[in-house]
Amino acid sequence: MPDLLDKFDYASAELAKLQFLGVNPVGVVMEKILSPTRAIISGKETILLGTYNYMGMTFEPDVIEAGQKALTDFGTGTTGSRTLNGTYVGHKALEAALSDYYDTRHAMVFSTGYQANLGMCATLTGKGDYIIIDADSHASIYDGCAMGNADVVRFRHNDPVDLDKRLKRLPPEAGKLVVLEGVYSMLGDIAPLAELVRVSKANGAMVMVDEAHAMGFFGEHGRGVTEQAGCEAEVDFVVGTFSKSVGTIGGYVVSNHPKFEVLRLMCRPYMFTASLPPSVVATATAAIVKLKSVHAKRNQLWKSVKALHGGLKAAGFNLATKTPESAILAIIMPSQDIMVSLWAAMLEAGVYVNMARPPATPAGMCLIRCSVCAEHTDVQVQKVIAAFEQAGHVSGALGDMAAVA
Amino acid sequence: MQPTSATEILVLELITSFNKKSVPISLSSTFARDLAFDSLTVMDLVAAIEDEYDLILPLNMLPDLETVQQLINAVEALVKAKHHA
Repeated sequence: MPDLLDKFDYASAELAKLQFLGVNPVGVVMEKILSPTRAIISGKETILLGTYNYMGMTFEPDVIEAGQKALTDFGTGTTGSRTLNGTYVGHKALEAALSDYYDTRHAMVFSTGYQANLGMCATLTGKGDYIIIDADSHASIYDGCAMGNADVVRFRHNDPVDLDKRLKRLPPEAGKLVVLEGVYSMLGDIAPLAELVRVSKANGAMVMVDEAHAMGFFGEHGRGVTEQAGCEAEVDFVVGTFSKSVGTIGGYVVSNHPKFEVLRLMCRPYMFTASLPPSVVATATAAIVKLKSVHAKRNQLWKSVKALHGGLKAAGFNLATKTPESAILAIIMPSQDIMVSLWAAMLEAGVYVNMARPPATPAGMCLIRCSVCAEHTDVQVQKVIAAFEQAGHVSGALGDMAAVA
Repeated sequence: MQPTSATEILVLELITSFNKKSVPISLSSTFARDLAFDSLTVMDLVAAIEDEYDLILPLNMLPDLETVQQLINAVEALVKAKHHA
């Protein structure tokens, strides 16, 4: 009998090799969470610099209190789909809070951000339609395309000229959806949304933008790169998540489309799963309301992003973006071995960062990625830069070795 | 291996440009197993073919295009359809 798991032997072998060297990138366990920026890992206090907790909303006392009250009043879970018994007053209040935050007529809450993209991509476009995606799109967008029945067209990352060329090859009468992201999470680069949206509209396409890595700190109201680029009126759907700046879990779509509500009856990843638990819904609502006015957090976040980018650049690291474009800073590694060594040396020095390698990364790059939090203090940022300088030399990421590799 | 059509020659040329490991290519070579192309390489190859022929080769067709011959056949069909359109 053939073993269906044999096809993954190559991955097991690779992981075993790393574990033999004393590194287990998927084995990090958070033993205690001390704050949005500090945890105990392997018994040691560690600065968290890779958790997407951009606005540091996970320990706000009033948000926690709202969650505790909902847990007591409404129980541990809804045990049902949004379309059956899983819509509580809390879910409606959360959707109202989102509509208010984005100033849109409609908002629809999913159980995860992954499902929001999966559902929207697979439902909006059907047989005979075209879904046009950026080459560096998140896995949830690729998976949504695979789930749907539309023809899938991929354009060169952040390239309006290439998008225009590909849109012009499509039948003018066909339905088209262009899917974009405000911030691309691997390199932390932002999209030239004004241009991409203009090209999409000129070619008769509808537009959806995923603001997962931008909500809370881009644009005057924190609505994302769409707001910052001044193209909210032209974007048909904005997708987002509660698992980053909002500090809990869940996904959403907001829109002004007059026929939007029918999606609740058509979108399978919305219908065929249980709705979010009341406590999660209550914390998301409280956090979103709070995000409207946390200007000090936003300022501190951007200040830390700039300081870290500057510090890493001055130390000699090769950063993926020339300027700090988002709260994700990616360092391009000379090799996979050096990436693993630097990651392990940083953890040893008490800083948790992320590793990323192909096929998750574009152009075969190996990356060490940092995501900055609004609760990182200036002192923590300086500690992190010092740790990177030292670990950079120990691992060979900095100095003569890096140049040779 | 004797190429039999202009499309075959050109598509083989494009595949060769992505064949970083210089694996010998035949019409029956599979992209994933024989040529060890990962999904990103295959998608980049598709983009190159699209630009060469000014057509669209939707990504959802890829699961059916496992071998070099299948890709050549698909491109030939798309080129034909484009001229008849």
